[in-house]
Amino acid sequence: MEALLNKYAGKLTAQGLCDAGSPLLGGIDAEFVWNRDDAAIPMLAEITRGLNINSILYAAPAEPYASLLNFLAEHDGGAECIRPEDSETRTFLHDIPLVRELSASAVIAALKKRKGAVIPGRGIVTWGTVSPEQAFVTFSSICFASFVKFFSDAAVEARRGGLDPNTMRRIVSTIAAYDNYVSGALAGVHLFRGPFEARGDAIGAIIQAGRRTVECRLVDSFFGNISYRLGGVIYVSQTGSSLDELAGCIDPCPVDNSSCAGITASSEFSAHREIYSRTAMSAILHGHPKFSVIMSMLCDKKDTCANRGSCHKSCAERRFVCGVPIVPGEVGTGPYGLCNTLPPAIAGRRGAIVYGHGLFTTGERDFTDAFRSMVDIELMCVKEYRKIIETL
Amino acid sequence: MYGWTGKILRIDLTHSSFTVEEPPASLYESYIGGTGLAGHYLRNFITLPYDHPDMPLLLFTGPLVSTKSPASGRMSIMSRSPQTSAVCDASVGGRFGTQIKKAGFDGVIISGASNAWRGVSINDGSVTFADAEAIRGESTSRVAERVNAASTAVVGPAAENGVLFASIVTDGHYCAGRGGLGLVMAAKKLKYIAVNGSGAPGVFDEDELAKAREDIFRLAAASPALKGALGISEFGTGALYDLMHSRRMMPTDNFRATRFEAAPSMNAHEYAQRYQTKKTGCAGCHILCKKRGAGGQLIPEFETMSHFSALIGNSDIDAVVEANRICNEAGMDTISAASTIACHLELTGGSISPAGLVDILNDIAASRGIGVELKAGSYRYAKKLGRPELSMSVKMLELPAYDPRGAYGMALAYATSTRGGCHLRAYPISHEILRKPVATDRFTFSGKARIIKIAEDMNAVIDSLTACKFLFFAASLEEYARAFHGVTGVTATAHDLLRAGERIYYNERAMNAMNGFIADDDDLPPRFFADSGTGGDGIDVRPIPRGDFLRARSDYYKIRGLDENGMPTEQKCGELGIPWKRS
Repeated sequence: MEALLNKYAGKLTAQGLCDAGSPLLGGIDAEFVWNRDDAAIPMLAEITRGLNINSILYAAPAEPYASLLNFLAEHDGGAECIRPEDSETRTFLHDIPLVRELSASAVIAALKKRKGAVIPGRGIVTWGTVSPEQAFVTFSSICFASFVKFFSDAAVEARRGGLDPNTMRRIVSTIAAYDNYVSGALAGVHLFRGPFEARGDAIGAIIQAGRRTVECRLVDSFFGNISYRLGGVIYVSQTGSSLDELAGCIDPCPVDNSSCAGITASSEFSAHREIYSRTAMSAILHGHPKFSVIMSMLCDKKDTCANRGSCHKSCAERRFVCGVPIVPGEVGTGPYGLCNTLPPAIAGRRGAIVYGHGLFTTGERDFTDAFRSMVDIELMCVKEYRKIIETL
Repeated sequence: MYGWTGKILRIDLTHSSFTVEEPPASLYESYIGGTGLAGHYLRNFITLPYDHPDMPLLLFTGPLVSTKSPASGRMSIMSRSPQTSAVCDASVGGRFGTQIKKAGFDGVIISGASNAWRGVSINDGSVTFADAEAIRGESTSRVAERVNAASTAVVGPAAENGVLFASIVTDGHYCAGRGGLGLVMAAKKLKYIAVNGSGAPGVFDEDELAKAREDIFRLAAASPALKGALGISEFGTGALYDLMHSRRMMPTDNFRATRFEAAPSMNAHEYAQRYQTKKTGCAGCHILCKKRGAGGQLIPEFETMSHFSALIGNSDIDAVVEANRICNEAGMDTISAASTIACHLELTGGSISPAGLVDILNDIAASRGIGVELKAGSYRYAKKLGRPELSMSVKMLELPAYDPRGAYGMALAYATSTRGGCHLRAYPISHEILRKPVATDRFTFSGKARIIKIAEDMNAVIDSLTACKFLFFAASLEEYARAFHGVTGVTATAHDLLRAGERIYYNERAMNAMNGFIADDDDLPPRFFADSGTGGDGIDVRPIPRGDFLRARSDYYKIRGLDENGMPTEQKCGELGIPWKRS
């Protein structure tokens, strides 16, 4: 347990979600274990005892997340929760409770209903029932969702002419820092060159590209998915696997379904398989780059469209950002699943964005093009977003 | 009252009479329904022999049944197990739970015993009793056909002939399989229960229920295990077969090995191709995990596929289908039947042909030949031959198709399960193998004691709601708590429901303690601590470290609020509002 606590404390700081020394993680089997000493431990222990859980995380998010969360908490007029509209929130978080009083009883009341809660001005508390990884994922998702909500709300506000100078300054500085970071992503990137003919080479390339995607912060919670087609087999990352830790987490899935061993494959396996069946591509990379997601959610017709409120699953418009198609679609399968909308949209293009969710890119021989396209499209989306803000 | 009907039907077979009870709302809030409420009503009788006329057979639905809550059409059947002497319940799919609810009841308590074979028909608020002597000895499908009701629960020849692992078969092929509940029904000389209902429970807030339903559907669609291209909606629970093979934890040759070479040719894809399978399933379910062949063949579930192939060394896929059919028609638990045969093969040093398999199953069901010995289950059979350690069971209930050496949480969960060698009480395969809600290290006990306790509480809630556990590969109690509130109007968070789950599970521990179960019964067969499984492909399947197991079990007792011998305490009973009785 102690090793897991330290692992996720390290990931929180490595991903820029927390400053070093901030994450406080506790785990309990028969006895409590903590990753470090802190005055908040008695309160967190009380919270843990008040729930039926095995791990808890409390940390102040790093900038810009801290400021963005505080802004959202302040600007919702005393609301009990923040309601982001990205896919991650809609599917897994539902909403993000705000706890305005730092007490064990208030936090317990919120965490009895949801996987995590924000205490404005102080931090985020999240929990897990089988592993501190759940607490880490929820923390990361809250940061991601708040980022997406802040910038998508700000763009709408800007178009209405209501953006105040302080908010504008925050946006400009955050985008500048983000732009610099992503722009540097391509520097020195040399991914293995394909086509790969051996299983081991394909798997090695997947592992390498996955790790690089995380290092460049093109995913949240280390999720996303990745695959490579080799003959009659698609090698795909497992569901819930961290793209930076894919060794041992890649399922071989025969395209003829002759084995179900890949039942643990990514929830987007159906979409990957359909893309391969429609194209000559060999590599698919899926990440959650923030401005691709934000731009997918900005639509001029949102207030008047007959499908308003259902943009994530039934958009009748043919939408593009910088020539990249934007499609509706929910995670996985089902009548509104992105497995239905994404494959036709991405055929003949280097990528496609799923509304409020993330970006899929492809490569014909290896992951070089897929990775480059992901960075390029994200930078184009940053540029487009800037245009909205600066024009208005 | 919303969701619940507020009425429980009591049927007395001794006097062919019935009464209706209206429990207080507080009882529903404490025990929810299904397994929880059934356990409450079982408590005062649990020390009676299973065949005592006063021993109740309980059939209970949950508050979500017969509403739009996804995959919530199940029920629990509960009593004291003839096979284990412990508490025993089975979550059963099909239509029976829905029909009971439509007939106006949350549950049915059957007590007493008839002198001659009877059938009971529940038609909305009324109950009639019929002579069933003429259908004595009939198979389960024949009885269901002759009774011709909206839903039926039937025992077959196996129960009539004293098979200790006799099942109750509802709606043709949904089985209360484990622990011999069919024998409890047979002890009352009750051949069938038929039910026709026409009512509908009230729902507190249809909009809230619709929102919860949408959230649950969204999560199910995002789940590879449920709705993925290789998931159980497409391939049935048999989709797990390849996974167990690839993880080298498929019980083979009575758990002497963990890899079956013929597995790739006996997987779910092979069944789909060979039998051109189609989807079917329980009332109100969109997953539809059951499969039928184009010719009407009932396609085996995962446990049956695995145990009637790898566990007994059979590589004939048609023989697996036929074995499943025989068990279904005779009313026998497939897991215990296959495991008892595997034990017999190890003890005798023999192997089995497809024809031999058919013969031995028919012998067990008819209680003839070697079947006279095997109908008692593997433990009693092996013990009689002086080798009880060759029964791969916990509390005399045979283990399902997950080798515990390949998943240590599963090892602990088998041991602590209140009904014996059962995978469903905590189902750690969810995180140890299927990676939900996140993956855990399957080869360590670290953290597993609390994980198992939490999961047992959660599954007790699910079996009380009475929803399908498979949906919880995707959704959580967070979403179902909303459905619960939408249906019943009772405000309860996921963690409030877990508190009820803790009460329900502790009550089961208390009942087992009253029957003399102690820590020694929370253990695995010695083979798992002494012998390796079949390693390879970079997977090392070692014996389970005994010391680590015992430490984890000790931690579990502490976390569960039991004493060092696994016994309930007065303090914890008081905290949970459960009557305490020194055992």
